[in-house]
Formats: sequence, C-alpha cells, structure tokens
Amino acid sequence: MTEDTDAMVSLMMDEEVAPAAAADPEAPPAPRTRMRARGVDVFYADKQALFDVDIDLAQNKVTALIGPSGCGKSTFLRCLNRMNDIIDICRVSGSITLDDRDIYGRDIDVVQLRARVGMVFQKPNPFPKSIYENVAYGPRIHGLANRGSELDDIVEHSLRRAGLFDEVSDRLQQPGTSLSGGQQQRLCIARAIAISPEVILMDEPCSALDPIATAKVEELIDELREHYTIAIVTHNMQQAARVSQFTAFFHLGVLVEFEATEQIFTNPHDQRTQDYITGRFG
Amino acid sequence: MTDIAQPGAQPGAPAGAWQDADWTERRLRRRYRAERRFKIYGLVAVCIALAFLAILIGSVVATGYPAFVRTSVALEVNFDPKVLGLGEAPTADELHGAEYPTLLRETIFATFPEVTTRKERRKLLKLVSKDARFELRELVLADPSIIGTTRRVWLTASSDVDMLIKGNANRDAPEDERRLDDRQIAWIDSLGASGFVETGFNGAFFTNADSREPEIAGIGGAIMGSFYMLLVTLVLTFPIGVTAAIYLEEFAPKNRITDMIEVNINNLAAVPSIVFGLLGLAVFINLFHLPRSAPIVGGLTLTLMTLPTIIIAARSALKAVPPSIREGAYGVGASPIQVVFHHVLPLAMPGILTGTIIGMARALGETAPLLMIGMVAFIVDIPGGPFDPATALPVQIFLWADSPERGFVEKVSAAILVLLAFLIAMNAVAIYLRRKFEVRF
Repeated sequence: MTEDTDAMVSLMMDEEVAPAAAADPEAPPAPRTRMRARGVDVFYADKQALFDVDIDLAQNKVTALIGPSGCGKSTFLRCLNRMNDIIDICRVSGSITLDDRDIYGRDIDVVQLRARVGMVFQKPNPFPKSIYENVAYGPRIHGLANRGSELDDIVEHSLRRAGLFDEVSDRLQQPGTSLSGGQQQRLCIARAIAISPEVILMDEPCSALDPIATAKVEELIDELREHYTIAIVTHNMQQAARVSQFTAFFHLGVLVEFEATEQIFTNPHDQRTQDYITGRFG
Repeated sequence: MTDIAQPGAQPGAPAGAWQDADWTERRLRRRYRAERRFKIYGLVAVCIALAFLAILIGSVVATGYPAFVRTSVALEVNFDPKVLGLGEAPTADELHGAEYPTLLRETIFATFPEVTTRKERRKLLKLVSKDARFELRELVLADPSIIGTTRRVWLTASSDVDMLIKGNANRDAPEDERRLDDRQIAWIDSLGASGFVETGFNGAFFTNADSREPEIAGIGGAIMGSFYMLLVTLVLTFPIGVTAAIYLEEFAPKNRITDMIEVNINNLAAVPSIVFGLLGLAVFINLFHLPRSAPIVGGLTLTLMTLPTIIIAARSALKAVPPSIREGAYGVGASPIQVVFHHVLPLAMPGILTGTIIGMARALGETAPLLMIGMVAFIVDIPGGPFDPATALPVQIFLWADSPERGFVEKVSAAILVLLAFLIAMNAVAIYLRRKFEVRF
C-alpha cells in the first residue's frame, strides 16, 4: 500500500497538472479562479491522507471530485473551508487561497471563512428546529438582517433558490426534520446559501437520496452555478458528467488527473482514470 | 448461547444431516429448550428482586404508617389567671412566661379528683405529653381572651398512651414489663369511654423538628435542613459541572493532561462518600471556619461528592449529540461557542437535567459525609437558612434508629417513607423532563 502510494507520488512529480483554463481551449475568456490549492498534504495523526494536491476552483463552474472510497476527496473538500480544524489529529500543509488570500493564514478568521465558503453534507443534517429557523440561523448569527422582515426575505429568497419554497411555504414553522430526505437536503442547501457564500462545497449531497430527489438536486446545482463557485464530491460518475465542468480524479490520496469534465470522460490521460471511469476498479 | 449450524464443519453431524428429519428435530428441540430455560432464569431473577422490594416496602409501610396518626386527649382546662400567675392586663412577656406547667398539672389533677397520693399523681402526669404545656401556651398567646374561661382542649397524649391506643403496646404483658401500669390503663380507658381520647392525622410530624419526646418529634427540621443543603448543592454543582463538562468535551485539547483529568474525575465518582465528609471537615470547617452542623457545609461537601457524577452525565449527554449537527452549524459559520450554546447544549439538556436530578437524589440520601461535618447533632429548631444548625433527613433517620423509645421505631419507618417519596418524586421529574425535551432525529 505505501509502496504503491510512493510510486504514485513520484509519478505525480513529472506529471504536469493542467491549469483549469488551459484545459478548455474553446472557452474564450478564461474563467476566474476563486480558490487555488497548491501542494496540499493532509495527515491524520501519522497517516498521510493527501499527497501534494493542486486544484483550482473556477468562478461559476462546478468542479467534481471523483474517486474510489477513501481516496481523500472528502478530506480535500473539507480543507477548503477548514472543516478539518474540528478534527484534532488532522494536520494540513501546503497553500489554499481564496481570492489569492491564504485561508490558513494568520489573519483569516475561520468563522468568517466558513461564511464565505459554505458546505452541504452527505447526510441531510437540518437542525432540529423549524424550517424557518434552519434557514434564518446563519443570517442571524452573522447579522445579515437588521429587521424581522429582512430576515423573512432572506429565508424566502434562499428557499426559492433551493427550489423548496413552494413545497414548504405553508409550514415554515414545522420542524425541518419532518421533511423528506430530498427536501431536507435542499433545506440544507437553502441554509448554506442564506448567508450568501461565494463558494459552496458539497460532500456527496445525493448519496442518501432517491433518484427523483437526486435529479432535483442536480438541477438545482446547475442553477446555482450562475451565482456561486461549486465543488462537489460524488461517487456517481454519471452525476459528475452531468453537473460538472471540471473533474478531478483522486486515487489513494493522490490527485491523478484534473481536467475539463468532457476530457476526463472521453479521453483521459491516465490509465487509472480510464480504468475507474469504465468501472474496472473502485 | 446460539448454536451455529454448520453441518460440514461439525465432525459429529451425520452426512446429509439436513435431510434427516430426526436429527433436525433433535437439534431444534434442544435449542428451544435452551431458550425456554434462559427465559425462566430471567423470570426467576426478576421475581426474586420484586419479592425483596415488596418485603422492604411492605415492612417499612407496616411499621411506619401509625406515625402519621397520633393520639390526643381532651381535658377541661380552666384558664384561671391565679394558677397562671397572671395579674390584670398581662403583657405579652408575662403571657409567654406564665405558669403553664402548673396549669397543666392542676387540670390533670382536677380531671381525676379521686387520685390524691403524690406517687399516683405523678403517674397521672405521664398520660399527657410533657410538651402539652407549650400547646396551652400557644392557645393563650393566640387568643388571650380565653383567660378566665374553661374550655375543652385537645392535648397531645404521651408516647406511651399513643402506643397503647394504636395497639403497639401489649396490654396483656405482665405489669412490670409494661410502660403503663394497670391504674394508668384504667384511667385512659375511662377517658376513652367518655370520648375524651381521639386519634387523628399527625400534621405535626411534618412541621415539628426533632424532640426527645417521640410523640412530638417531627421531620420538619430535617426536611428544611435537607432542602437548604440540596439548594446549596444544586446552585453550585449545576453550573460548575455543566461548564466543566462543556469545556472538557468541546474545547479542551486531547492530551496527557486532559486524559489525567478525565481519569481522575471517573475515579472521584467512585470514592466512598465518607472520604468527602473528611475532606469537608478538614477544608470547610477547619480551614474556612464555616459553622459546624450547617447546611452550607453539608451542601459544599455534597457538591464535591456530586460534581463527578454530574460532569460524567453531562459529558455523555454532550457526546450523544450527533456530530452532523455540529458540522451543520460549523458549516454555516457558527463559532465554537455558538455551536455549543445554540445547538449542542439544548439537545444535551434533557440528559444533563436527568443526570443532575439523579445526582441530587443521591445527595439527598447521603448520610456518611454529613456525620463527619457534625450534622448529626440533636437540633430542636427548624433552620431558617443555610447557616443555621440543622440535620438532614437520612441523618434524622439514623438518629431516631439509635433511640431506645418504642415511639421512635415507627418514626424511623415513617421518615424512610418520606425520604423514599422524595426520591421517587425526583426520579419521576427526571423521567418526565427527559421524555418532554427529548428531540428525535
């Protein structure tokens, strides 16, 4: 196992990671890069989970992170809003910037960062409070609304944007946990966008949902792209192909390939990517 | 307990065993037998436990319930100012210090004019409680206009009479083995025949403090002492315990020092309570010179004893809050303090409250540490605050259990019943709170 990863690290050395812009020669103006990760290593205690990862997240694009279980894609995602800070034994090195400012820098307040880089989790995790409170909580603690009516507007706007408002408009005071799984996940998305983040991270947002709810969330992701920069971890390769513009393939903690989605799924450079997307392993 | 059927791996199983109906049936029967046997063991264990509980409660109730009833004797009292030694228009002080013992004596002698010898008259006095004179005083103080009139007054009977009326004393025993001799019993019977002896609910048992006389001893003082003590304990343990638990569970770095603290807290929860009593004696009384026998010291000592329990309960309640809630809150940019106070603590509250109430219930029943800090003293006043000398319910039980008088036996059981009632009530509140505020996911 370790020999394997060592070999791959050396492989990575001479492999050039294509910058996001260069990957898509047809796009005339290069999309603006919002987040940039360079040489990111992550350790859980003594075990290294990520090896020297370089990825750019482009404005108004969806970047999918794919790879077999345990390959470090969720770990990488959680580095982007410093969720890994909660885990005591986790150590992150390398540089990750948001608009060219190091998010691990001394002058960055992690709470502020998480307001700018929102997150949606694998399992829908609404707070055990009312639907309204779920969405209103973020704006309230960040002081985004001065009056009650402003807060009402934010809640309605966020729920509309998450495509949930029409379904729940008559029962905003009911507990968020009373909704169905798909509705709960869209509630969590509404909760994330209520604080107007710039980047939204989604950690397998559809893995606990049925196909219909999944379709709705995917549609939603495509709409959200207009306003936000999105990174999504997924196990479902069709989903990655459907919703993303860029795809990063991780294997055993190593970023194997990072290309335009079309490129990855039609003509991957690396044999491992080829094997994975054709279902030969993973 | 379960036998895993693996025909191939079992050397004893005949070939093609699954087709062999006999073999299968034998195995099945054996399994059913084992299951039935185990069920019976469990039932027997539960029945034994229930039987012991029933015996315990039954015997306590059987000995204790007469204590909730007490005997009174009616006497025609002539509130003669001359006997009371009062002049015209007496002051409040004079009323307070009037000759009530003489009044009581004269009244009893007047009720039985045929008794004239000194010795017999002394026996006569034993029929009514020594504290009946205070009851007379209360009457006069409440309404001074009764002076000079004659009233029928119900006075508390002496414990010996009380026992006789309730049937706890054996009338047929030889005279020299009885507390009351034949004459005294005859007097009581004559009073009873004319309707001058009555039993009624013993409200004084709940309002009086301890006394040397069993008939007027009550648990009022002990209840107040326990109340002040628990108040001190609750006010101190709840905030300290919960804050400590939150810090250890949510904020403390995981290193050798916090590991040490955790191990020590777990060990402290298992330390015998008498050790905390010694600690309380050394620290609060000898070092800080707090008053002896006071609920404040008892409360502080019980705080030391209860803290580990509450910290452990609160930590496990905090730990039980699903991590997804924390992540969700961190994800929308809540600070660690906001995560704890807006999300984790409200969800952990039912568990914390349950742990606190159960810790309090344990503190309420604790006796040993209170003995060390002097709360075992004989105190006849009801404490007015946490700095007054007091005793506590379980200590009161301990004190009475030590007393030789027959009248205290039923008091012990009655006090145990009251203590049990408090404990059951507290546990019921804990269960109610848990049911009410539990949030399901």
